[in-house]
Amino acid sequence: MSTFVEFENVSLRYDDAGPKAIEDISFKVEEGAFISVVGPSGCGKSTLMKLVSGLKEPSDGYVYVNGRQVGGPLGIVGMAFQAANLLPWRTTLDNVMLPLEIVEPWRSARKARRAEYEEMARAQLARVGLAGFEDKFPWELSGGMQQRASICRALIHKPRLLMLDEPFGALDAFTREELWCMLRDLWQQQPFTVILVTHDLREAVFLADTVYVMSKRPGRILVQREIDLPRPRDLDVTYTDAFASHVHVLREAIGRVRES
Amino acid sequence: MRLSPKLISRLAPWLLTGFLLVCWQAVCEGFEIKPFLFPAPSLVFKTGIEMFEPIMTHAFHTFFTTLVGFAVAVAVGAVLGALLGSSPVIYKALYPMLVGFNSVPKVAFVPVLVVWFGIGTIPAIITAFLISFFPVVVNVATGLATLEPELEDVLRSLGASRLDILRKVGLPRAMPYFFASLKVAVTLAFVGSVISETVASNLGIGYLMMSASSSMNMPLVFAGLIVIGAMGVVMYELFAWLERRLTKWANRGQNAAI
Ligand SMILES: Nc1ncnc2c1ncn2[C@@H]1O[C@H](COP(=O)(O)OP(=O)(O)O)[C@@H](O)[C@H]1O
Ligand SMILES: [Mg+2]
Repeated sequence: MSTFVEFENVSLRYDDAGPKAIEDISFKVEEGAFISVVGPSGCGKSTLMKLVSGLKEPSDGYVYVNGRQVGGPLGIVGMAFQAANLLPWRTTLDNVMLPLEIVEPWRSARKARRAEYEEMARAQLARVGLAGFEDKFPWELSGGMQQRASICRALIHKPRLLMLDEPFGALDAFTREELWCMLRDLWQQQPFTVILVTHDLREAVFLADTVYVMSKRPGRILVQREIDLPRPRDLDVTYTDAFASHVHVLREAIGRVRES
Repeated sequence: MRLSPKLISRLAPWLLTGFLLVCWQAVCEGFEIKPFLFPAPSLVFKTGIEMFEPIMTHAFHTFFTTLVGFAVAVAVGAVLGALLGSSPVIYKALYPMLVGFNSVPKVAFVPVLVVWFGIGTIPAIITAFLISFFPVVVNVATGLATLEPELEDVLRSLGASRLDILRKVGLPRAMPYFFASLKVAVTLAFVGSVISETVASNLGIGYLMMSASSSMNMPLVFAGLIVIGAMGVVMYELFAWLERRLTKWANRGQNAAI
């Protein structure tokens, strides 16, 4: 497999004179891999996302996506955040179709292929269990449903990279585990690369191939851990010793970050 | 018979109005106040019927003047608000000037407008415009400027231009703010046109009241006041209704990300 995202000694300062938000970060993500980034709040996880999506330029070092240095927004990434951020004046279906109105080549053909786009959006919603909710408005959906719709919106333009910034942070434990499985299934049906930022170590271990632990600011990568649990993973795997020992090792690493 | 809470809240404004009219009548009769100082509502009503035609002519003129000034205010206010709301630099540059301008009593402009345009309808239209565009600007700018950074990130990472973001998110989001400002602006526009008519016109309710008061015809002055108030309430309700119709989503989902 080829490298899809690569960070080479990347640092970023939000202010020219200010402190570094992240420092000297290097890592590679293979195409189609599922990686997860964990670390204390304020350590620069969201900053990492902004660098990959081209919203920010590194102060030092290089960011490559798809073999090319990132010089601006690419349109081949999809993003979702902790807040679903759906537009309240649009139905769920129209919310999901929003990226098709912006990203080329979808955008140019949106009038001619409207019916086809709608079919795509309906199929995507069905895949996350939202069939029948297409014409509902966001306020008519539960928090978990809104988050499902938000992930549909992130995937509708068939991005090659999905970036999730604490997407399940605001949900209750049961809904969260349902959405883990939903995300796992989406990723296994349709090949794309995932970068998942999270606070939840169990979430990271359950979903990812590789987990990175970041230090307090300035954020650096302290630990890289391969999760060798066999796939496809079932929720039962979270009760195995192998799973527990991964979580345990990561928790210790985070503990050391906190104390330092 | 028991009244439902809904019916009570519907009747409440009418009941209160009726109650105040009764009090007013009672005060005027009880203290035998002279009609040329403070006429009783029955007398105001009688005068209103007798003078129905001239009142309507002048009221229609004021109505027309107000609506023209208001329409210009909405157009200018929306464009200025969009500029202010979408560019922090323009916001910083223009806002102090707008606030300063808004603090000047508009009646002070009327003499200037009379010198420029003569007595009549045009100063009234301009005064109505000047007094009513500010709330539109502020509301549209606020609606546009308060976009969630994460939503903006989602759109920008897709390669959306500033214009895309304005069209897809900014303007729809600003709509409830915009409509909320219309109902305030239209009542202000009445204030503007009547002020100008009072000072410099020979048409309109403002003029009618001015000339009535100079001939001590207090009942007619009060009839004029009531007609202005009624027009204001009707227009306010119209725009409030439009607001509810067109931006339903803003009043429904309080927990949805707006
Ligand atoms: N737009 C910004 N301007 C200035 N500083 C910022 C900005 N965004 C984040 N930071 C700073 O960068 C650091 C990393 O932030 P962030 O990437 O949001 O952390 P995380 O997502 O891990 O909580 C924080 O210390 C934060 O204060
Ligand atoms: Mg963050």
